Amino acid sequence: MSVAVTTDGLGKRYGRRRWALSDCSLEVPSGHVVGLVGPNGAGKTTLLNLAVGLLSATTGTISVLGGNPSDRPEQLARVGFVAQDTPTYSHLSVADHLHLGARLNPGWDAHWAAKRIAETGVDPTQKAGQLSGGQRAQLALTLALAKRPELLLLDEPVAGLDPLARREFLQTLMIAVADDGVTVVLSSHLVADLERVSDYLIVLAAAHVELAGEVEHLLATHRRLVGPRRDSVSLPGDCRVIDASHTDRQTTLLVRTDTPIHDPAWIVEDIDLEDLVLAYMGQTSNVERNRRSGLRVQP
Amino acid sequence: MTWLAWRQLRPSAVATFGALLALAVALAVTGPQLVHVYDTTVKPCPSIGDCSDAITAFGNKYNVLQQLLTIVMQVAPALLGLFWGAPLVARELETGTYKLAWTQSVTRTRWLATKLAVTALATGALAGLLSLAVTWWSAPLDKVGTNRFDGSVFGERGITPIGYALFAFAVGALLGLLIRRTLPAMAATLVAFIAVRLVFSQLIRPHLMTPLRATFTLLATVNGYASFNGSTSNLTAGSPSDASLQNAWIYSARIVDAAGRALTPQATASACPQLANGGLRAQLPPAGSAGHVHAVPTQAAGQALQQCVTKLSDSYHTILSYQPANRYWTFQALETAIFAALAICLAGVALWNLRKHLS
Amino acid sequence: MIEFRLDSTSGVSPYLQLVHQVRQALRLGMLEEGDQLPTVKEVVARLAINPNTVLKAYRELEHEGLASARPGVGTFITRTLSDASLAAHGPLRREMSRWLVKARQAGLDDESIEALFRDTFRSASAEDVA
Repeated sequence: MSVAVTTDGLGKRYGRRRWALSDCSLEVPSGHVVGLVGPNGAGKTTLLNLAVGLLSATTGTISVLGGNPSDRPEQLARVGFVAQDTPTYSHLSVADHLHLGARLNPGWDAHWAAKRIAETGVDPTQKAGQLSGGQRAQLALTLALAKRPELLLLDEPVAGLDPLARREFLQTLMIAVADDGVTVVLSSHLVADLERVSDYLIVLAAAHVELAGEVEHLLATHRRLVGPRRDSVSLPGDCRVIDASHTDRQTTLLVRTDTPIHDPAWIVEDIDLEDLVLAYMGQTSNVERNRRSGLRVQP
Repeated sequence: MTWLAWRQLRPSAVATFGALLALAVALAVTGPQLVHVYDTTVKPCPSIGDCSDAITAFGNKYNVLQQLLTIVMQVAPALLGLFWGAPLVARELETGTYKLAWTQSVTRTRWLATKLAVTALATGALAGLLSLAVTWWSAPLDKVGTNRFDGSVFGERGITPIGYALFAFAVGALLGLLIRRTLPAMAATLVAFIAVRLVFSQLIRPHLMTPLRATFTLLATVNGYASFNGSTSNLTAGSPSDASLQNAWIYSARIVDAAGRALTPQATASACPQLANGGLRAQLPPAGSAGHVHAVPTQAAGQALQQCVTKLSDSYHTILSYQPANRYWTFQALETAIFAALAICLAGVALWNLRKHLS
Repeated sequence: MIEFRLDSTSGVSPYLQLVHQVRQALRLGMLEEGDQLPTVKEVVARLAINPNTVLKAYRELEHEGLASARPGVGTFITRTLSDASLAAHGPLRREMSRWLVKARQAGLDDESIEALFRDTFRSASAEDVA
């Protein structure tokens, strides 16, 4: 399995104190649709901007498709980017934007781009500033895909879109993946969307990577355990408690484990992606809560 | 990239060139008439009558248009810097379109260099055409009005406006890149541009070439007797009407002795007691009016002045420091080249700065 | 042609949902031997899901012998479920009815029966995996 993006101890600091991304070490596999999820300010935009060369790292390294992210045309031609809020030149028409792409990118598939725009039903002579959010997002996606990149990075492209526009955007994206096998890294808050489209997940919270792995594997190795309230818990050795909550009668745990749990004292449930993501997103607060509740986990 | 740079500039360029065209039409219509009036009333005037009235009347022709042009020429370079320079990068940073531009397959250097080159070309062309039109139209007026070498007019004619415009543009582009927001960048550009222009015209332009010196004997028709700014009355240097001084840029005119010491009011008073006594002064022509003599001194005053001048002319003479008219174009070229070179340097700084990632 | 749908709230992984829908369609006669399943691109275009999900579902169907892929043409149904399943269901169904009667006699209500079933089912599946 080849790797699309590798980071090693990657960090980015703004000013003197604010670390937007800290000690990030990842291996993003190619040929996947990677969901990048986390709360606002977690570092998703920073990570994507670093990957496309819009920012430079403060610490650590990042390698994209085997090369350093930079503004070298060869590197940029292989990476497509859709920025947050899909910026476009509001006074230029849709056709102008396609012309822009054709002029500035070798390997530009003008025929595909024109066909794609026609499919969206947008009038090519319309100024980009007059397009709806969904139409602008489609334009931005077309611009990013028409140069036939190997890697496509999208920073919350559907955040402000209505459900129909969102669905259409993802349809276009998935068709491109089916057709070209492009590796996609897509950041989003909307876990439902990620569940449909991504097969690899990265959870960022407070500038750190909390979780990374194939979605299937993550869902298979996490379980929710529900049982009577207990303060000290005995679980198999490789079991790690991610989150715990208690009422006076009931204890609910989210655990990560490679072996099945047969303890009859617990109700063992599968967990869905949203709950998994939420549990990892709240990691620092989880640790705090566990400490306060006095839960001790014995190996 | 050239296409994109032009396409981004196009709406503004079209509007500005449209305005230029409108102005050009106004100038094309009134220009020949201006020449006609000059040829019929001013050129032949020494032989047909009182020149001063003809000249005054001519100087007031198309007064409104003249004032408009003065304002336009003073303001145009700065405006180009503000509206084409400052937003060049700042606007893209503000609106986020840089995220689109910098992820196409071009280097950032090529992106900025092309934008700078295309817009600079348009700026230079606009400034050049504007200055050409205004200089052509103003030519008859400049013959009777302020000397074009004079500091108040020098920057509004010829090729210097091109240099200023390019410089203002480059300042705007660099400040836009550093400040990252259009409006503050515009304000900073205006301040920087005005400051540099002032410093240059006051402190640097006079030193671009060593001025010539000319010596003249004291003459009653040239040197007057007056006081300036409440100082004690003294003999004044006046403006010798020598051919070499036609349309020259005069730095200074002083009355000095062979050793270079200035003529003091006390020396004048002791040599010319009649003048020093009050009363006669009012009867002498206003200082500096030689060449266009309006008032004629009374006989008594005139004789006193003549005696004074004759007496002093043994030891004193008028010395002028000036640039002759034939250096006008040299100065134009030097100043334009310096401002253009500054523009290129600033553009280089901008390109260098861009290499460092924006965070 | 079958039209797939996705229930994002069901907790069942998407590829399994597709597999189940094919089996269900086979059982109900909506799909017959020789019918072509939608292409990966068609499914992806309609549902906006990861193409790998569709590929995985089709591979699973191939593994179960229900479908086979013809390169360059598409994926086709090779076998129906109808006969085999109906026959096998009969005795199982009767056994289950008897058990249900016993469960009710023991006083269990619907939810308890369901909980008991699910719990036992899970343990049994887990043991299979282990």
